[in-house]
Amino acid sequence: MNQDLRREREAASFNPELLTHVLDGSPESTRRRREIENLILNDPDFQHEDLNFLTRSQRYEVAVRKSATMVKKMREFGIADPEEIMWFKRMHLVNFVEPVGLNFSMFIPTLLNQGTTAQQEKWLLSSKGLQIIGTYAQTEMGHGTHLRGLETTATYDPETQEFILNSPTVTSIKWWPGGLGKTSNHAIVLAQLITKGKCYGLHAFIVPIREIGTHKPLPGITVGDIGPKFGYDEMDNGYLKMDNYRIPRENMLMKYAQVKPDGTYMKPVSNKLTYGTMVFVRSFLVGEAARSLSKACTIAIRYSAVRHQSEIKPGEPEPQILDFQTQQYKLFPLLATAYAFQFVGAYMKETYHRINEDIGQGDLSELPELHALTAGLKAFTSWTTNAAIEACRMACGGHGYSHCSGLPNIYVTFTPTCTFEGENTVMMLQTARFLMKSYDQVHAGKLVCGMVSYLNGLPTQRIQPQQVAVWPAVVDIDSPESLTEAYKRRATRLVEIAAKNLQNEVIHRKSKEVAWNLTSVDLVRASEAHCHYVAVKLFSEKLLKIEDKSVHAVLRNLCLLYCLYGISQKAGDFLQGSIMTESQITQVNQRIKELLIAIRPDAVALVDAFDFQDVTLGSVLGRYDGNVYENLFEWAKKSPLNKSEVHESYFKYLKPLQSKL
Amino acid sequence: MGSPVHRVSLGDTWSRQVHPNIESERHIQSFNVESLINILDGGAQNTALRRKVESIIHSDPEFSLKYNYFMTQNERYVAAVQRKFHLQTIAKRLGWLENSLEFHYAYRALSGELALSLHHVFLKSLRTLGSEEQIAKWTPLCNEFQIIASYAQTELGHGTNLRGLETEATYDAATQEFVVHSPTLTATKWWPGDMGRSATHTLVQAQLICSGARQGMHAFIVPIRSLQDHTPLPGVTVGDIGPKMDFDHTDNGFLQLDHVRVPRENMLSRFAQVLPDGTYVKLGTSQTNYFSLVVVRVDLLLGEIIPLLQKACVIAIRYSVIRHQSSIRPSDPEAKILDYQTQQQKLFPPLATAYAFHFLASSLLEFLHSSYDAILNKDFSHLPELHALSAGIKAMISDSCLQGTELCRQACGGHGYSKLSGLPSLVSRVTASCTYEGDNTVLYLQTARFLVKNYLQAQAQATPGSTLQKSLPQSIAYLTTTDLARCPAQKAADFLHPKLYTMAWAHVATRLIKDSVHHLETVMQSGADWDEAWNQTTVIHLQAAKAHCFYISVKSFTETLEKLENDPAVQQVLKRLCDLYALHGILTNAGDFLHDGFLSGSQVDAVRTAYLDLLRLIRKDAILLTDAFDFTDQCLNSALGCYDGNVYERLFHWAQKSPTNTQRNPAYEKYLRPLLQSWRSKL
Repeated sequence: MNQDLRREREAASFNPELLTHVLDGSPESTRRRREIENLILNDPDFQHEDLNFLTRSQRYEVAVRKSATMVKKMREFGIADPEEIMWFKRMHLVNFVEPVGLNFSMFIPTLLNQGTTAQQEKWLLSSKGLQIIGTYAQTEMGHGTHLRGLETTATYDPETQEFILNSPTVTSIKWWPGGLGKTSNHAIVLAQLITKGKCYGLHAFIVPIREIGTHKPLPGITVGDIGPKFGYDEMDNGYLKMDNYRIPRENMLMKYAQVKPDGTYMKPVSNKLTYGTMVFVRSFLVGEAARSLSKACTIAIRYSAVRHQSEIKPGEPEPQILDFQTQQYKLFPLLATAYAFQFVGAYMKETYHRINEDIGQGDLSELPELHALTAGLKAFTSWTTNAAIEACRMACGGHGYSHCSGLPNIYVTFTPTCTFEGENTVMMLQTARFLMKSYDQVHAGKLVCGMVSYLNGLPTQRIQPQQVAVWPAVVDIDSPESLTEAYKRRATRLVEIAAKNLQNEVIHRKSKEVAWNLTSVDLVRASEAHCHYVAVKLFSEKLLKIEDKSVHAVLRNLCLLYCLYGISQKAGDFLQGSIMTESQITQVNQRIKELLIAIRPDAVALVDAFDFQDVTLGSVLGRYDGNVYENLFEWAKKSPLNKSEVHESYFKYLKPLQSKL
Repeated sequence: MGSPVHRVSLGDTWSRQVHPNIESERHIQSFNVESLINILDGGAQNTALRRKVESIIHSDPEFSLKYNYFMTQNERYVAAVQRKFHLQTIAKRLGWLENSLEFHYAYRALSGELALSLHHVFLKSLRTLGSEEQIAKWTPLCNEFQIIASYAQTELGHGTNLRGLETEATYDAATQEFVVHSPTLTATKWWPGDMGRSATHTLVQAQLICSGARQGMHAFIVPIRSLQDHTPLPGVTVGDIGPKMDFDHTDNGFLQLDHVRVPRENMLSRFAQVLPDGTYVKLGTSQTNYFSLVVVRVDLLLGEIIPLLQKACVIAIRYSVIRHQSSIRPSDPEAKILDYQTQQQKLFPPLATAYAFHFLASSLLEFLHSSYDAILNKDFSHLPELHALSAGIKAMISDSCLQGTELCRQACGGHGYSKLSGLPSLVSRVTASCTYEGDNTVLYLQTARFLVKNYLQAQAQATPGSTLQKSLPQSIAYLTTTDLARCPAQKAADFLHPKLYTMAWAHVATRLIKDSVHHLETVMQSGADWDEAWNQTTVIHLQAAKAHCFYISVKSFTETLEKLENDPAVQQVLKRLCDLYALHGILTNAGDFLHDGFLSGSQVDAVRTAYLDLLRLIRKDAILLTDAFDFTDQCLNSALGCYDGNVYERLFHWAQKSPTNTQRNPAYEKYLRPLLQSWRSKL
């Protein structure tokens, strides 16, 4: 092992294993996760290709092979629990995305949620065994997050009892669905249902798209790959155009809404339930943000402990770059954010499962808040993570730009999270809508509950944006609880400002919608403040549950850094709201520097605690053993450009260049 | 307005008409686009010349960039070499000179997708660091491509810190040669462009050792590949460093030298020489070695980095008037997404920034030109200021260009993730600029060092009671001007005065520089020495340097406005961008302005009001402002950003060309069919 990393690990003030247990939920979870990971690592059938040297088509091929063997292997090892499937998949796929992924994440769940028992019987078993491969086709070339704008039509023909599917315009061509381009033979298509001359809005249809046996597109179907992307090379995101394409009536998912053989439309009882999948996916994405950021931090921090550069004092040996204040200032707040998001992700998962049980018992009361919260937190964590991964990459200097670092791949794989499953700005505005509603409720004398309950205090506090009123208690910058309070005040203030500006615009514009648009920058700001408060609150509450003293101490420092760094970045909000004074901001900046020094000795142990296998990190710079340079050189030699000593282009172009000119 | 080349569509039969949604944006012209184009080009003659070059390039299918997004790393490299070869042939025929505007415009038209760009960096370094004899000897060889040259500075274990480089050049007086050697693995040269596969020679930065003494970094011309068969020369291990985020067209390389001997004349010796007997003669300051870096850095701003942001703005803004989403009022049809306030706040600050940076980089280039000859003649008085300015400005420009480009990409939603949008390539290219030619943090700190040093000197020379006496370099003269403690603005409209916000930025920059000096002194008083104290206060120095650079950029923008009095319409539209740029900067750093009470809470609210109003005003001119960058469709190479606005048709047609659609699918035969057939057998 690299000497620097060895020293770092020996000097840590806590046992990272205990922190790993916290992150996994329990020592038992850690044990089981590792057991599953080792099943794969020790399996001679498991092949790991470095995806960086493969072309797009080779990557696709490897990914399909991995999917095909995974189904078999999971059965062989008896993995069935959802959490365990996730662990298994992550290790098996390494960093490949799965062309058949949507079959499991969207096709099957939608079938389960919206299909009748008969429909489930018909398609479930074969799609679980990948004998039919399904995908989920929602977005169109001209339409994304705004569902009602979709143009694809499904017109019922009572004579043949069939639906006729059409893509009437270029913009209506289904665009982006994963696995659609080359892999799938079925798709759940979202289309505007038209029966008896009337449009009933979006409904889901099971559409066969490729012929069984030949895999050729069926007549009436135009399907293909949408071409190269920033990342997701091995995913065949596809397009689908349908021309008078007929499917039987039974292919409409009819658990809720129905079309009778004569074309009569039967309305669904409640459509709140369809929120379920969206809420699940978004809360899952919060956890993924945490994971991706944790990976990026692991790589950047380990490399910064191995890399030596410049000098702090002339004549002395080059220090580890992690000893530079600027490097610590770049990386430690991100590390603190990674931990914050780990706890937010865990909270979202628990909450989802808790509320899901309530829903099972018919209690939908908490669903609106959960829906609002997941939308905002998905946007908040993915935006932050997106920028943070880039920052980690750049903290590795030039080598961060090479695929050897693994960071470009983490980035391009993560960044679509900001736009898919609900574009982030739209998500923030959904949360804002809930905040405005809660604000109105409070002013109508009702109490609101959950994460927005702080708004209940509003009518008595009477905060004015301009007022230099002193808050009841002074913020103690060494107390996570007190800092949470400060974030709460910032959120309260920004929610109130947005609400008042909205009211003003409504009076001036006489149209709620125009007013909403002209206040939307304020509204997004309010949502961000709300989400930031939630993250701070969850982190500081988590501290109370940590028993081990040394783990508690190090997490407390991270929590303080997370809170204070946010204040320093948004100092304007805290000053303008008189939540903190100028001299407190100066103290905050000073305290941040002290925390950097305090965290420094534990930095490597803190990323070790994330417990990523080298193969999962996929990074020469982030290797556990720290032997960066030797391996970097070996890695480069594998580059396709190095296959021959003299490159073909020399004979074709360079030599003639010299003679012809 | 004539019929500029770029207005012609890509020649696709389905795209003969301009999309009505973008055409309507061009109906009301509040200013003359062509005049703005001329301003950006630096004169109407330049515009004409640029368009002439563009039409030569674009009418030649050998230069097509159409298939770029579908190519592997290797294919892109080969295509870039081929284009370079073709360009040189044409240039020779048309008599374009090396370093001429024609070449500059050809590079722009081809988005830099050309091999051998380091060849020109070599030439620049030769001209700044080489003696007259060396220039005379090597320039023709380069111009005729008798040799292909590269520039090798960074090593596997060492980057921005020049002094940390390990490669050694030891003078052997007996043979009058230098022995150039990589003593360790970490000394392997790593990253130099064109070196992996192409170069025959490279300019190696190495520690000079002569007569037993280490003399620091110097540059040596080292032949690395045979001029006969291109194989590596004895003692040379050279190759490609492998796949990267982008720059696939460039073969960044590694190089290990095992006691490779080069003649004494191969050390560039304008500013330092080794005499035949091994005596070391210094002719410049220690900073002269950085001079070639300064030149390269400044050239990159307008030549490479800023156009990436400009293109991203063009693509995202054009797409935002074609894309419709939801409706603002329920009864209305779906609105153009550019009509949403949130979309405007994403896209207009980068647009304003793209203009601000163009003017900033132009003024820096002028400064460089005015001091260039003096420095070559060993008058170094401007070098420290030039170095500090170019460092900080490069850091600021590349940082913000990256942020802006990524913002534009995300503002295009899912389609921004498709390479066919052109945006991923812009992002992954601009992001490299944050680390190449000096890591941005290190560069900012170099600027900070200059600020602190000058501030302390001026302070030391000031007699008690008087103001700072010493005449400071021009770019930091504002540090001594008297400063208001409170901003006098009373309402939102007051913030629309360039004098007022320039002063506000001067105030904040001055305060932060003073603060950073104060912090440094405090730490030193508590017993730390200068170096230790410096490292403990770098976060605030960074903040001060950033504020200083932002101030410089606001000032250069306002000075540009002053020169436009004879074109009031253009002046007005640019002033709005300038206002937006400065105010957006204030809002994102509101804490710094509130901190000492320079702005009050209600003043910050007034800034926000003014800022939101500006978004609305700029909305009307947005498309014309992107047209004014005058990029050809071929150069944008974006399905979303073409002039005619036929986004969806183009996206659909381009996707069909993807090899995933034109070639068969081996994964089906190998893996999918067996899976699917296991079902059939059960039926």
